[in-house]
Amino acid sequence: MIMNEEGKKEQTVSGNELGQGSTPTGPTLKEKVRKKEASASIGKGTFEEEISRRSFFSWLTIAWIAFSAATVAFFAMMMRFMFPNVLFEPPQSFKVGYPKDYTVGQVDVRWKSKHGIWIIRSPEYIYALSTICTHLGCKPNWLENEQKFKCPCHGSGFRKTGINFEGPAPRPLERFKIVLADDGQILVDKTKIFQYEKGQWNDPESYLVV
Amino acid sequence: METFKHLVNILAHPTIMLTVGMLVFLFFFPPNDWFEKWNRRLRLNFLWTKKGFYFVMFLMVVFFLFGLTDPNFSLIIKKPDNVPIIGLIFFVFIFLWISMNQALKNDNLIEAGEKPEEYNDPEDKVLVWPDLVYIEFIALILCMSLLLIWSIGLEAPLEGPANPAESPNPSKAPWYFLGLQEMLVYFDPWLAGVVFPSLIILGLMAIPYLDTNPEGAGYYSYKQRRLAIPIYLFGWMILWVALIVIGTFLRGPNWNFFGPFEFWDLHKLVPLTNINLSEIIYIKWFNRGLPENILVREIFGFLIVFGYFLLLPPLLAKTAFKKLHQNLGNFKFGFFIFLLLCMLSLPIKMYLRWLFNLKYLIAIPEFFFNI
Repeated sequence: MIMNEEGKKEQTVSGNELGQGSTPTGPTLKEKVRKKEASASIGKGTFEEEISRRSFFSWLTIAWIAFSAATVAFFAMMMRFMFPNVLFEPPQSFKVGYPKDYTVGQVDVRWKSKHGIWIIRSPEYIYALSTICTHLGCKPNWLENEQKFKCPCHGSGFRKTGINFEGPAPRPLERFKIVLADDGQILVDKTKIFQYEKGQWNDPESYLVV
Repeated sequence: METFKHLVNILAHPTIMLTVGMLVFLFFFPPNDWFEKWNRRLRLNFLWTKKGFYFVMFLMVVFFLFGLTDPNFSLIIKKPDNVPIIGLIFFVFIFLWISMNQALKNDNLIEAGEKPEEYNDPEDKVLVWPDLVYIEFIALILCMSLLLIWSIGLEAPLEGPANPAESPNPSKAPWYFLGLQEMLVYFDPWLAGVVFPSLIILGLMAIPYLDTNPEGAGYYSYKQRRLAIPIYLFGWMILWVALIVIGTFLRGPNWNFFGPFEFWDLHKLVPLTNINLSEIIYIKWFNRGLPENILVREIFGFLIVFGYFLLLPPLLAKTAFKKLHQNLGNFKFGFFIFLLLCMLSLPIKMYLRWLFNLKYLIAIPEFFFNI
C-alpha cells in the first residue's frame, strides 16, 4: 500500500516535470515532496500521516535487527542446552578393581548398569566387552546356563568372546581398551574401541594378560 | 485338550503358519485362472457370505475364550498392550468381509450382464442434515463411551522408570510397529529400518500411478481387479497384519518363538546359529578360508542380489506379467516390479533364515553393508 502510493506520487511528479519543463519561479513539486520526506523520521509519524519510504526502511531495519538478535539469542540458548552444568554420566575411563577379583571363565555383570561393560576373565587374559548390541543398540543379557549374550529386542546372540552367531547382529560386540593402572587396578577406557571385523582384537591394549 | 494345545503350538511356528497362510491366501484370493478354478471347486467363497461371516467370527471368539482358560495364553490376551491387537484381528476380518461380500455380489451381477449394485442404489444418497450428522453423533457417543470404559476397565501398561542400562525381556515395539520389528530380525537396520519403510510409503503413494486399470472404479469387484487386490492384500494381510500377530502372540523372552499355549521360558534353548552366504560357500563347500578381498568374498551374494533385481524383471515381463507390461510400458512396469520384488524379498529372507540358517547374502560388516 505504502509503496504503491509512493510510486504513484513519484510518477505524477515526473509527469509534471516532463509536461511543464522546469519552472524557474518557486520550488517545484518534486522539491516540496523531498522536503516533506526529509522532515519525516522515526517517532514523528502519526496515524494520519503517510509513512514515507525513508521512515519505512528505518523501521524495517530496526525490526530486522531485533528479529535477528532474537533468533541468534534463541539458538544460543538452544546450544547452551546441549552443554549441561552437571553431567550425570559416569566417566569414560575408570578402574574396576584388581585382576584377582575376577574368576576364571566368569562373565562379570557388575559394571553393566553403571559403565555399560562386561569384564570377562578367560584363562589367558581379561577383556572388556561393550553391552550394546551391534544390531540396533539394545542391551543384551548374559545367560549363564546357555553361556551366551542374548539380545531381547531381535534375538541376536553373542558368544562369551563377543562373536555374533545368532540372529541379525552383523558384527561382534566391541571391546574397550583395558590396561593395568599404577596401583595394580584394572583401568578401562571406553573412548578407545577395538572391533573384531577390523582385526583390532590383536591389539595388545584390547586385552590384559594376567 | 492338551494334545490340541500342543498341536496349536506346533502349527503356530512361523515356518508352518506362514507357509500355510500364504498358500491358503492364494486360493482365497486367486490371482489367475488356475487358482480361481480351485477356489470355485472348493467353494471357498462361502467365507464371504453371511453364514461364512458368522462362522469365522464364532471360531475366533471361541478360540480367544478358550485361550482365556489357558494360564499362558490368557496372560498374553489380558495384557492391556495386546487388547488393540485382538480388536485389530476382528476388525481386519470384518472390513475385509464387507468389501469381499460386496465385490462377489457385483461380480455375479456383472457376469449376468447387469450393472454393479452401486449404480442403482437408492440408499446411496444421505442428507447431511439431519441424517449424516445424526449418524456421526451416534458414532461419536459410542466411541467416547468405548474409550471411557476401556480407560477405566484396563490399567495402563506402565513399567518401571526408564533405565538405559537394561532392556526389558522381551523388548516389544508398540503394537503397530511389531511388523517392522519382525522385519528387523532378518535384515540389517538400515534396510529394515530405513529403506523398506520408505519403500512401503513410496509404494502406497505410487498405487494410483501404477494401477491404471479403469475397471472397478466406484464399485467393488474382485474379478476385474484380480491382480491388484491379491498383491495389495498380500502386503497388508501377510506382511503387515500377520507379522504384528506373530510379534504379539508368538515372540517371547530373548525374542524366541513360543506357541500361544507355551510357557514363556527364559531359558528356552533354540539352536539359531546362523552364517553368511560367503561362509557357506567358501568354508562349507570349498573347504578353504574366506578370501581377503571383500569383493571376492561377497561376489556370490552380489551375483544373487543383482540377478534378482536385474534378471527377474525382464523375465517376468515376458511371462507372468506380459499383459501388465504391455499396459504399463517399460518405465512404470520397472517401478512396479522393483517394488514387488522388494516386498517379496522379506518372505524370501525369512525362509532363508528359517530353513538354511542364512544370516546375510552380502555381509560387509566393515562398511555396515549387509543384505
